[in-house]
Amino acid sequence: MTQLYDASLVDWSRAQFALTAIYHWCFVPLTLGLSFIVAFMESLYVKTGNEEWKRITKFWMTLFGINFAIGVATGIILEFEFGTNWSNYSWFVGDIFGAPLAVEGLMAFFIESTFVAVMFFGWNKVSKKFHLLSTWLTAIGANLSALWILVANSWMQYPVGMHFNPDTARNEMTNFWEVLFSPVAINKFLHTVGSGYVVASVFVLGISAWFILKNREVRFAKLSILVAAVFGTIVSLFIIITGDQSARLMANHQPMKFAAMENLYDGQRKAPLVVFGILRNNNKDDNSKTEFAARIAIPNFLSSMAFLDPNAYVPGIRDLTEGNSELGIISVNEKIEKGKTAIIALKDYNIAKKAKDDNASNAALASLLTNYNYFGYGFLTAAKQAIPPVKLTFYSFRIMVFLGFWFILLFILALIFTLRNRLENKRWFFVAAIVSIPLAYLASQFGWIVTEVGRQPWVIQDLMPAIRAVSNINVGSVKVTFVLFAIIFTVLLIAEIKIMLKQIKIGPKEGGNE
Amino acid sequence: MFENLSQLALQQYWWILVSLLGSILVFLLFVQGGQTLIYQLGKTAESRNLIINTIGSKWEFTFTTLVTFGGAFFASFPLFYSTSFGGAYWVWIIILFAFIIQAVAYEFRSKPDNFLGKRTFDGFLFVNGLLSTVLLGAAVSTFFTGSHFIIDSDRHSQWTMASRGLEAALNIQNLSLGLTVFFLSRVLASLYFFRTINDEKIIEKVRKQMLYDAVPFVVFFLLFAGMLMLKDGFAVNPSTSEIYMQPFKYFHNLIEMPVVAVLFLCGVVLVLSGIILPLVSYNKYGEKAIWFSGLGTVLTVFSLFLLAGFNNTSYYPSVADLQSSLTIQNSSSSHYTLTAMSYVSLIIPFVLIYIIYVWRIINRKKIEVKDLEGEHVY
Repeated sequence: MTQLYDASLVDWSRAQFALTAIYHWCFVPLTLGLSFIVAFMESLYVKTGNEEWKRITKFWMTLFGINFAIGVATGIILEFEFGTNWSNYSWFVGDIFGAPLAVEGLMAFFIESTFVAVMFFGWNKVSKKFHLLSTWLTAIGANLSALWILVANSWMQYPVGMHFNPDTARNEMTNFWEVLFSPVAINKFLHTVGSGYVVASVFVLGISAWFILKNREVRFAKLSILVAAVFGTIVSLFIIITGDQSARLMANHQPMKFAAMENLYDGQRKAPLVVFGILRNNNKDDNSKTEFAARIAIPNFLSSMAFLDPNAYVPGIRDLTEGNSELGIISVNEKIEKGKTAIIALKDYNIAKKAKDDNASNAALASLLTNYNYFGYGFLTAAKQAIPPVKLTFYSFRIMVFLGFWFILLFILALIFTLRNRLENKRWFFVAAIVSIPLAYLASQFGWIVTEVGRQPWVIQDLMPAIRAVSNINVGSVKVTFVLFAIIFTVLLIAEIKIMLKQIKIGPKEGGNE
Repeated sequence: MFENLSQLALQQYWWILVSLLGSILVFLLFVQGGQTLIYQLGKTAESRNLIINTIGSKWEFTFTTLVTFGGAFFASFPLFYSTSFGGAYWVWIIILFAFIIQAVAYEFRSKPDNFLGKRTFDGFLFVNGLLSTVLLGAAVSTFFTGSHFIIDSDRHSQWTMASRGLEAALNIQNLSLGLTVFFLSRVLASLYFFRTINDEKIIEKVRKQMLYDAVPFVVFFLLFAGMLMLKDGFAVNPSTSEIYMQPFKYFHNLIEMPVVAVLFLCGVVLVLSGIILPLVSYNKYGEKAIWFSGLGTVLTVFSLFLLAGFNNTSYYPSVADLQSSLTIQNSSSSHYTLTAMSYVSLIIPFVLIYIIYVWRIINRKKIEVKDLEGEHVY
């Protein structure tokens, strides 16, 4: 039970998964949001009978199609990489993690793939209403897919609804509903799909702004801006609520990630929230401590955000690694000991079971269950391994939040200008909207970096570190596939961007034909 | 309802579902088969566009079925997922690569400024059609021929061959199933074109091409089936769970499971009927032949999966360590998970209904060149 693999194998496997996930997430947010925006637009067409809305719908649908295919292609890799590169993980939690993936396929992918065909090919084959229904079902299917994979991801961050079965050496599901309706899962779903809606809204806004700047398709662009601005404003405000809730859930369930995200080394009451900060290089004597070179902070705000109490104590990295007896936090070294005890107990349990020694197996089982919450720590060799990369997590979070607020401002301005019919001559606004397109993608990616880098070293919080989860493969093979994936994804990304840009330049066609 | 079933009954139920998904996937590989025929059948850009757009509206079904097949296998038999995917690394990676390039090829090939050019994307479609059929067929064949892995007491697997699954392609039986699937997918594609393309010149070529593919298909299938019936198989002692080699195991399975034997024979007859009937009378059977061979494919592959997993048989045997072999009993999820998943599986009939409904709508009318104007075109 103590076989661990070469650290470079873990790093390359992690890099490959991160590469795939990052590329996948270049496409998915737009699919999630644009599918709904297109559905709104087509609804307006069906309701009003105005052919201009059909033309608008078809234009955005073309861009949706280009993006959809590559999102699907990168998605399949992620699913199978759980098996190819994280096979020990696949067994250890497959009993729980596999279920959402299967449900995703049965419940969501088929809706999406079936009705997307009608959406693209059915304009002249089905009635207007059935086509509209198909467009809505495609959007719902895409978002349902996101639900199930996010449930699976959330479970890794906050494992619930399961128990460890020593006979099978794995975790097994005991409550499906607890897994599905875990507060972390619900909030993560809402926050993540919300971010996709923001990306799509900024995308529509930016491209429409380009048309107005070029003095082309002005009416089309204004109508598109109206839809994007309304949708974007609503979801951005919604994202603030789910983001706030995310912070609270993280503070409670992943305090180390929270401390790293805030670069809070020494815990404190009335903890301030660092709105802006520049970090120095790590302290030479203590690698886990990263000092601020400069910062702007709001007093008490972090305590309020994390625990809804301005006087609350927010544990820092030091509390969590060295322990804090006043708060009942045990040190990582103690956790490592408990984890090792659990690992040895599992081994003893198996030996006793083989020898049919009931007393010994019961004793080993009792020890295992007592210490099981720290099982993953038993694979760590030093306390500092339990600390995620602080700088990356800290900066990623701030970039995401700053950009998030920028988008809210952008949407509100778009809404005001549109409703007051003052969009013309706002060149600065159009340029800002165009520049915001890549920023929206960046914000979304940084959100995932906070989530995934911030939870290191855990694949499953406290139960399984990455070094234990990896497949037993030659590191050379993973290096080769990493390079191959990097090349193919990059080539396809370039192709996608070029095609998108060309389609945008061509613009919407008469009658909505592509 | 499901919670009252025994663990074995749930395992069998899920093996049936996974087998069903696998067999539908093999049928849907006609999309891949069609992709390998683009340049053989289409001598002009116009005819190639027509062929691609005919199968193009179905690529997502194949893709989604593969993803769901993987997800269902993961959920119901996670030890297979961790052992095979983590072990036969290169085989699965190549298959995955083949699917990445497929999805984008359809959407990008005819778009202006597509960076790589139409021919490159058409090449991607060919590569996908060739590799995914041959390798998926060879991978399924290892259910009967075995793989090189060892599983320890923590259920961690270790592949014992450096070639990481590619060695399977050197086994004649694996290769013959791989080639069977490849030629079958081309036959099915031809039958699908009979039903969907309204272009006499192309259909004339398809009719000839179907014969060229049907002959090697039958030869390789007979080779595979003959070897399967004659070979020693990986049997499980139900009382000790010990794995041992049993002469003519799969032939015995066929005899001892008469329902499976009937399914297998019906499947084979239907596949052959779909090939022969259009030769007898194209006007009468041409358009219907896909349903004969399609249903036959599903039944045959389904019965092969049942031969691999039922009747005390190891479905994923290890030739490196016989006792590491996987059975539906030792590799499955827990009773609770299988039960929960079984409730989810009740939506499958509804999924099938709306897929069939939409399929019929999209394929109501045969496609011809003029249909490619003004529509979403691949």
